[in-house]
Amino acid sequence: MSAVTAEHGHDDHHDDHAHGPEKGWLRWIITTNHKDIGTLYLLFALAMFFVGGTMAMIIRAELFEPGMQFVDPKFFNSMTTMHALVMVFGAVMPAFVGLANWMIPMMIGAPDMALPRMNNMSFWMLVAGVLLLASTLFMEGGAPAGGWTLYPPLVLQTGKALPFAIFSVHLLGISSIMGAINIVATILNMRAPAMTLMRMPLFVWTWLITGFLLIAIMPVFAGAVTMLLTDKFFHTSFFDAAGGGDPVLYQHIFWFFGHPEVYVMILPTFGVASTIIPVFARKPLFGYSSMVYATASIAFLSFIVWAHHMFTVGMPISGELYFMYATMLIAIPTGVKVFNWTATMWKGAMTFETPMLFSIAFVVLFTLGGFTGLMMSVAPVDFQYHDTYFIVAHFHYTLVPASIFILMAAGYYWMPKWTGHMYNEKVGQLHFWLSAISVNILFFPQHFLGLAGMPRRIPDYAIQFADWNMISSIGGFIFGASQLLFLWIVIDTIKGGTGEKVSDEVWEDAHKHGLEWTLPSPVPYHTFSTPPTVIPCDHN
Amino acid sequence: MSTSNTTYYIPHKATWPVLATAGLVTTLAGFANYLNGSSIGSTLMIAGLSIFIVMVAGWFTLQATESESGMYNHGVGISYRMGMMWFIFSEIMFFAVFFGTLWYTRNLSVPWLGGLGSHDGATHELLWSGFKATWPTNGPGNVGGHFEPMGAFGLPLLNTLLLLSSGVTCTWAHHGLIAKNRKQLIQGLIATVALGFTFVLCQAFEYHEAYTEMGLTLGSGIYGSTFFMLTGFHGFHVCVGAIILSVVLFRSAKGHFTPENHFAFEAAAWYWHFVDVVWLGLFIFVYLM
Repeated sequence: MSAVTAEHGHDDHHDDHAHGPEKGWLRWIITTNHKDIGTLYLLFALAMFFVGGTMAMIIRAELFEPGMQFVDPKFFNSMTTMHALVMVFGAVMPAFVGLANWMIPMMIGAPDMALPRMNNMSFWMLVAGVLLLASTLFMEGGAPAGGWTLYPPLVLQTGKALPFAIFSVHLLGISSIMGAINIVATILNMRAPAMTLMRMPLFVWTWLITGFLLIAIMPVFAGAVTMLLTDKFFHTSFFDAAGGGDPVLYQHIFWFFGHPEVYVMILPTFGVASTIIPVFARKPLFGYSSMVYATASIAFLSFIVWAHHMFTVGMPISGELYFMYATMLIAIPTGVKVFNWTATMWKGAMTFETPMLFSIAFVVLFTLGGFTGLMMSVAPVDFQYHDTYFIVAHFHYTLVPASIFILMAAGYYWMPKWTGHMYNEKVGQLHFWLSAISVNILFFPQHFLGLAGMPRRIPDYAIQFADWNMISSIGGFIFGASQLLFLWIVIDTIKGGTGEKVSDEVWEDAHKHGLEWTLPSPVPYHTFSTPPTVIPCDHN
Repeated sequence: MSTSNTTYYIPHKATWPVLATAGLVTTLAGFANYLNGSSIGSTLMIAGLSIFIVMVAGWFTLQATESESGMYNHGVGISYRMGMMWFIFSEIMFFAVFFGTLWYTRNLSVPWLGGLGSHDGATHELLWSGFKATWPTNGPGNVGGHFEPMGAFGLPLLNTLLLLSSGVTCTWAHHGLIAKNRKQLIQGLIATVALGFTFVLCQAFEYHEAYTEMGLTLGSGIYGSTFFMLTGFHGFHVCVGAIILSVVLFRSAKGHFTPENHFAFEAAAWYWHFVDVVWLGLFIFVYLM
């Protein structure tokens, strides 16, 4: 372990950085400050988490009992589609971009993001994209209802909403690409001289790799939906067999985007978990370099496994076999990560504050979601699971108690640094236990439903599925309500929290684990105007 | 504001990005309305595009002014170059989608429709019996009616020569810039821009011929779809590249750029070479094969 710098970049008030924030509301519109933009991203993501969550509550209310209760089938299908799009593009991805904005410059000792003006633009493009998407809810023919994958020919039956949904994808893509380019340029070009690549915190590493994934895949999605647009409005035949095209082609292109896309949501999750667990285990991260290589391996594999989403479309048997074996390989680097987190905690002096609780739950529950993924990678077996509640259970386990839990953990972990106030630990732990128990009541029964054959994306179901659906819905309502506690904690912490004075390092010996803990709490508006000379590095 | 070359320049506010977003979202909302047959669509589109054009002019003027006044140090220059490189990488992935589509239809979906592959041939037998897999094709439904495919020799070959020469003139201009030979810089850029716009004219002529004489349209089944989508997006990129080079030419004429500081020139040149390489791919896979 190397020593910690006593020299703080913020002490140096260079003339260029003497500026405080703009006065008034305009500050939030025209800001180029990475902390302001990070805050905007995080608050926007939190708002979208509740919008998408409300849609989930509508879905679970309708599925509480068999038969039609509250909404008509068309609207139900719009809800499943919009819930997915809002959660993926409005909540999880922006939340991680928000964390990247806030933390990466502070973690690598940079004065700001590399391209501050573009940073501002990527946020506002995100807002514009989501607004365009939300506007489809109020259109003739309703919001898109063919599932978030937007498969033709079904999606081409969408009413007035179709071009708006497609352009929304374009805007969200532009936003993501600009955000990713900015993050990659920041990491490669803005590091403090002593911050070599293999000394970077894992959150920075995982975002570097995620940024590369985003730049590679968002244009692919844009191309796919552009072909949907021309098929619908300009007489092309890309996905129409009569003209020599193929609807399955759309699925190939979509999942070439879609599979790396799910890793866009999980790799930064790995990064945050690898940041938090060592602090509360009071040990350096076990196997730092293997974590880096495992992340890169997962990213590479993500590009060559896409058709495991399409085992039932009628691919040649050689294709089925290739995608089956390639997919199974992902378990190896993922296993490396899980063992490393476990080994980090092994014989550690552990304490269980809220961020650590969420992180441990992540390790356990993400592993569960990983195992069901491994089950579905077996092509012949997948024929039974395909398009059932089993896949719904699988990807919700990798997204809710994984990505969402880690986002919560990140919120609790860094909120004292951002605001200078301590959150209420008791309410935080209550939030954790309610979430951790209810998320399993919500999603675990869906495995049984799927194995028993209940299809996904339907508003009504056969009577034999009634019991587990009711239990799942009850879990869903408890989980949804529990998240209001987090909203309360965020507001309460911003307004002063427990009133306890937080130290610079906040968590015991955190300064050994990251540059951000060498800065004052709350962090000043500008940090590291001059790069730090000594950096903490607990792993080599 | 810092004018020294030692610190990384960080602007403390930005007004253009919000305007860029407003312009783009208005344009797209207008376009969507237009596609849905709404009467306000085209008005919205024009309004949005106007905002966008004003924004582009304003933002780039600001960048040029800042650059010329020496506000960007070496680090800023590296960030800009990285930004441009990754942007071009994203563009490559965008074109890869359409090249991939061409590959997939020619090698998989069209032969399958003709009864080939590991399938038992039932699709062919039941749905499209009598359809023979050939290329070019407008599919078993004869979508768009009879058409003639576009040959490689003639205009497309001329276009290949035009773009390849423009790559040479662009590099020649760059050498002029580095050798502080402003005349060579300006002449090279004029030649590049002229060749670029000539390419666009030739392509417009080719499209006109396809639509009026050959029966080849965007609606001519999968051949027409892939042909116009690939060449159309490429043509659009040539237009954008030529406009960027025109701006660089205008700035060169005003005396901007030094051998050490000319990121805008480099970015434009990289973009131009990228467009050039995409065209080579098009010429081989769309026209020749």
